[in-house]
Amino acid sequence: MALRSRKREVEAVKTHLSSPWASFAAILIATIWTIPTFGLFVTSFRPSTGINGSGWWTVFTNPEFTFTNYTRVLFEGRGATPPLSQYFLNTFAIVIPSTIIPITIAMFAAYAIAWFDFKGRNFLFFTIFALQVIPLQMSLIPLLQLFSGGLHIGSVTVIPSFGITGTFIPIWLAHTMFGLPLAIFLLHNFIAQLPRELIEAARVDGADHFKLFRQIILPLSIPAIASFAIFQFLWTWNDLLVALTFGGGKREIAPLMVRLAEMTGTRGGDWELLTAGAFVSILVPVAVFFALQRYFVRGLLAGSVKG
Amino acid sequence: MIEIAARQSQLEQTVSKLTGLTLTILIFGLIVFIAFTLAERTGERVQRFLKYLVFLLPALLFLFIGLVAPAFRTLFLSFRDARGDDSVGWENYYWAFTQPEILDVLRNTGIWMVVAPVASTGFGLLIAVLTDRMRRPGLVKSLIFMPMAISFVGAGIIWKFVYQFQPNERVPEIGLLSQLAEWLGFVPSNWLLVTPLNTLLLIVVFVWIQTGFAMVVLSAAIKAIPDEILEASMLDGASGWKRFAKVTVPMIRGTIIVVLSTITIGALKVFDIIRTMTGGNFKTSVIANEMYNQSFRALNYGTGSALAIILFLGVLPLVAYNVIHLRRERSER
Repeated sequence: MALRSRKREVEAVKTHLSSPWASFAAILIATIWTIPTFGLFVTSFRPSTGINGSGWWTVFTNPEFTFTNYTRVLFEGRGATPPLSQYFLNTFAIVIPSTIIPITIAMFAAYAIAWFDFKGRNFLFFTIFALQVIPLQMSLIPLLQLFSGGLHIGSVTVIPSFGITGTFIPIWLAHTMFGLPLAIFLLHNFIAQLPRELIEAARVDGADHFKLFRQIILPLSIPAIASFAIFQFLWTWNDLLVALTFGGGKREIAPLMVRLAEMTGTRGGDWELLTAGAFVSILVPVAVFFALQRYFVRGLLAGSVKG
Repeated sequence: MIEIAARQSQLEQTVSKLTGLTLTILIFGLIVFIAFTLAERTGERVQRFLKYLVFLLPALLFLFIGLVAPAFRTLFLSFRDARGDDSVGWENYYWAFTQPEILDVLRNTGIWMVVAPVASTGFGLLIAVLTDRMRRPGLVKSLIFMPMAISFVGAGIIWKFVYQFQPNERVPEIGLLSQLAEWLGFVPSNWLLVTPLNTLLLIVVFVWIQTGFAMVVLSAAIKAIPDEILEASMLDGASGWKRFAKVTVPMIRGTIIVVLSTITIGALKVFDIIRTMTGGNFKTSVIANEMYNQSFRALNYGTGSALAIILFLGVLPLVAYNVIHLRRERSER
C-alpha cells in the first residue's frame, strides 16, 4: 500500500515535470525526422512528369497518383538487367541462410563458453568480444582470395577453391563469419544468466550436454535468439559491402542493395524508379522492425557494437 | 520472342534459386541433427571430448578463417606490392600519408569521426530527455528510431532526393533543401558538389540513422536513475536545466561514453552512404570507400590492405576501451 502511494507520488512529480514545451519540441523533432522518408514515399506514387516538374509537397494542393513506377521497376527488365523482383528474391536467398547458420553455430559456442569448464574460457570470451569491433575491411581481400583460389602453401593445396565463386555460398559464409562475434556475445550474456540450479539439476538427472542443450537451453533462449535474429536479418538485408565484394559482380546473385546503389550511380535522374525501388527495399526491414521492436531494443541494450 | 525467352529464363532462375535455398537449409539442418543424434548415443567418456568438437569447434573455425587469419594476412599484404608478390617495405603507408587525394580521405574520415558521434549522441540525448517525461512517448520514439531499420543505401537515396538540385532556373526545385533555401531567400546550389559542405551533408544522413540508437540506449539509462535522486534535486529547487547538467548527465556518463564510442566505430567504417550519394567524388571519400576502390577497382591489394590497417588502428583504442569497460562491468557483477 505504502509502496503504491509512493509510486503515485513519484508519478505526480514526473507529470509535474512534463512540460508541454518539451512534448511539443519532441513531436516537432519526430516530424522533421520523418519528412525525408515521407517525401520518398509520396514521390514513389507520382507520375514521372510530376516528379520532375514540381516538388513532392505540391501534391497536397494538386494530387496525382499512380502505381506505374512500382510495376515498372519491379517487373520490367532492361536489356540484360533483370527487373527488381529478381534482386528481391536474391536478397531473400542471401538473408535466410545468413541468419539461420550463424545463430545455430553461435548458440553452440555461447553455451560452451557459458557452461563448459575449460582453461582460457575468459580469454576466449574477451577475444570474441573484441573481434566484434574489428572492421570487416580487414578480412575482405584474404577471404576473397580464399574463396576464389583456395589456400596453398607452396605447391601444396590446403583448402581447394571448390569453385563457389559466383554462387551465394561466399556471401553466406562471409555473413556467417562477420555475424558470429556479436551473436556469440549476445547469446552468451543470456545463456550465462540462466539459473545454475536448473542446469545442475538436469545434469544430476543424467542429461548430457547435448540433451540439456536441446531440451532446456534452446527453448529458454528463444527471446535472445529473436533479438539477435532481428539484428542479423536487418544487417544482412541492408548490407552492401559484403554482397558487392563477394558477389563477384554477377547480376544473377546480386541483392537489392547492390542494384539500388548501381541505379543511383547510372540512373541518378530516374527518380520515379529510384524512389519506388528504394521504398520496396525499405518496406520489409521496417515492417519486421515495427513488429519486433521490443526484441530489437532488448538486443540493443544488451550491448551492440557490430563490425 | 526475346521477351518470352527472357521471362522463361527468369522463371527457371527463380525456381532454381528457391530449390537451392531450401536444399541448403535442409542440408544444414540435417548435419546438425545427425551430429546431435550421434553424439547423444556416445558414452560419457567420448562426450567429454566430443562436446568441444560439436559445440565449440565450428564457431572457432569460422572465426579463425573469417576474421583472425585474414587480419594477419592483410597486415602482411600491406607491405607487399599490388598483387602481393614482392615486398615493398613501408611504401604503401608512405603512399597513404603523402598522396594529396588520400590525405583528403584521411581528413574527411577525421571529420566523420568527430562530428558524426557528437551530433548523433547530442540529438539522442536531447530527445531522450524531452521524451522522458512525456505521457505517451511511443510514437515519437518509434519515428526517430525507424531510420535504424533503413539501409544506408536506402537512406542515401532518400537524402539524395532531399539534396536534389535543379540547374535550370525556369524549372521549379524538386529537392526539399533547395526549395527551403529558396523560400528563405538563398540561392540554392548543387549541394553535393560543394566541398566541405558535402561531407557535412553526408554526415547528416548518418546522424539521421544513428540518433535513434543513441536515444534508445540513453533513454534506458535515464529511466534507470533512481527516483529518489530526482526528487532530492527537486526539493533542493534545482531548475530543469540544472537538473539535467548536474544530475542526469553525470549519472549516465558511462552510457554516454559507450554510445559515443560505438557510433565513432560506425562512422569510421562508413561506406554505403558515400558510395550511393557521391561515389567518393568531389572530395567526399573516406577510408572505407577508398579501401574498396584501391582493392577491387584499382586491384591494388597492397595499398588497399594498408588502408584497412590504418582503419583498424583508428578503431583499436575504442576496442581497447570497450574491453576494459566490459571487464570492469563483469567483475562488478
